[in-house]
Amino acid sequence: MIWQAFWAVVRRDLLLAWRRKSEGLSAVFFFVVVAALFPLGIGPELNVLRNIAPGVLWVGALLSSMLALQRLFEADYRDGTLEQMALSPVAMPLLIGAKMLAHWLVSGLPLVLLAPVLGLQFDLSGDALVTLTLALLVGTPILSLVGGVGAALTLGVRGGGVLLSLLVLPLFVPVLVFGAGAVEAQVSGLGVQAHLSILMAMLLPAVFFGPLASAFALRIALE
Amino acid sequence: MNILRANFLFHYAGPQAFYGLAGRLWPWCAALAAVFGLWGLWLGFMVAPADAQQGEGYRIIFVHVPASWMSMVIYMAMAFWSVLGLTFNTRLSGMMTRALAPTGAMFAFLSLWTGALWGKPMWGAWWVWDARLTSELILFFLYLGYIALTSAIDDQRRGDRAGALIAIVGAINVPIIYFSVKWWNTLHQGASVSLTKSPSMAQVMLWGMLLMALCFWLYTIALVLYRVRTTILHRESHTAWVRAIAQEAA
Amino acid sequence: MIWVSWSQFWEMGGYGLYVWGSMGVTAACMAFESWQARLARSQLLAQLLAENEGNL
Repeated sequence: MIWQAFWAVVRRDLLLAWRRKSEGLSAVFFFVVVAALFPLGIGPELNVLRNIAPGVLWVGALLSSMLALQRLFEADYRDGTLEQMALSPVAMPLLIGAKMLAHWLVSGLPLVLLAPVLGLQFDLSGDALVTLTLALLVGTPILSLVGGVGAALTLGVRGGGVLLSLLVLPLFVPVLVFGAGAVEAQVSGLGVQAHLSILMAMLLPAVFFGPLASAFALRIALE
Repeated sequence: MNILRANFLFHYAGPQAFYGLAGRLWPWCAALAAVFGLWGLWLGFMVAPADAQQGEGYRIIFVHVPASWMSMVIYMAMAFWSVLGLTFNTRLSGMMTRALAPTGAMFAFLSLWTGALWGKPMWGAWWVWDARLTSELILFFLYLGYIALTSAIDDQRRGDRAGALIAIVGAINVPIIYFSVKWWNTLHQGASVSLTKSPSMAQVMLWGMLLMALCFWLYTIALVLYRVRTTILHRESHTAWVRAIAQEAA
Repeated sequence: MIWVSWSQFWEMGGYGLYVWGSMGVTAACMAFESWQARLARSQLLAQLLAENEGNL
């Protein structure tokens, strides 16, 4: 029964996102635009671009995630579904986790798939592109899971978007450091295992504690 | 015995009782802060000799280090009150956390400011991305985030609880951030001298620093107690005892 | 006393700008904070009094 509820929520959120494609795609477009703007601002020299690529692409993914987080709970908060989730016999963190999974599939996974293509614009090597994709694959779920707390706390609050960004920024810094660091380590010939291991070590607690903390925050917002 | 002790603690958890206690305490803290401050400054500027490597410029540490310590201590205090508040659902916890935040932010800012003014003559740059400065910067953002969140939420109780959660999450995050930034820093560090290496200090210098730290700590306690009294008056403005105080103050 | 003269004290071996820039801003911030706390209290008390008069 519990897992039926979980997948039901995932399916529902995916269906809703499909019906409002423009919302989901906007964050992805933002990522593409950011990745295109940096070379335009810095210059076409490939050596420079290769150096800044990991950082730029990761920051682009981060900013895109921050934008997308606003949509995580907004719609359900407004139409009362969130209250229903709070009242449901199924544990709220589980349902929130389902929402986060759907959210990542819509807003995070496209970034992972796009990153290698954008990385080509920065003349990253094949190995670096693989590392970048892997790092984003592990890192972007962390952003959705951990960012949910910020999204929950700023529900219905004035200036929500900017405030959300300020709140989740410190939470994203470790992911950024190790995520971009993994690609740089790859490029400079050091092993990437350490970075990817640490990212995994951040992902696993995030899977457990992210929905828990967000559910707690949502109850604060709902009362 | 346990019941008596619990009663004592929970007695002061009530806003009115705490208002009185804070009112009696803060002047003493302020006076002690002044004493320690003057003593520390005298040691720091009138007794301690010039440093072998840094000349007179090192004297900035007499405010830089205490400010950094306070910015971290205050955040820990905020996390403490937040845990208390979410566990026992006391109104006072939220008020204390809110009262601590501006002073914490101020010390974080001062840590960055004085750090920059120390770094420029010593290491040639206003800002370096070393682990401690970068962590301090993020701590500053944590303070700003808390203040922004609690200011933006109109419902005071919801604001208290939301702020408490973000304070706790931030406190858990701080060691993670510090570790990440340290890692990040060692990967990229060139031949530059690390700002974290401080010269081995003469006794006098250490004493001066400790006294200034005590001064800042007592200043914080005094100011926060004073500030929370105002918050208590504001939150409890509908009660008779607050109205009586307002009449008296006229 | 380690200083020969007042001017030497203010100069801080050439680091005067940095040392006094730090001390000065620190003192200014703490003074501002204290002043602001006092102002908040007196403003609140005035406001409460005005509300009381209104209620009576």
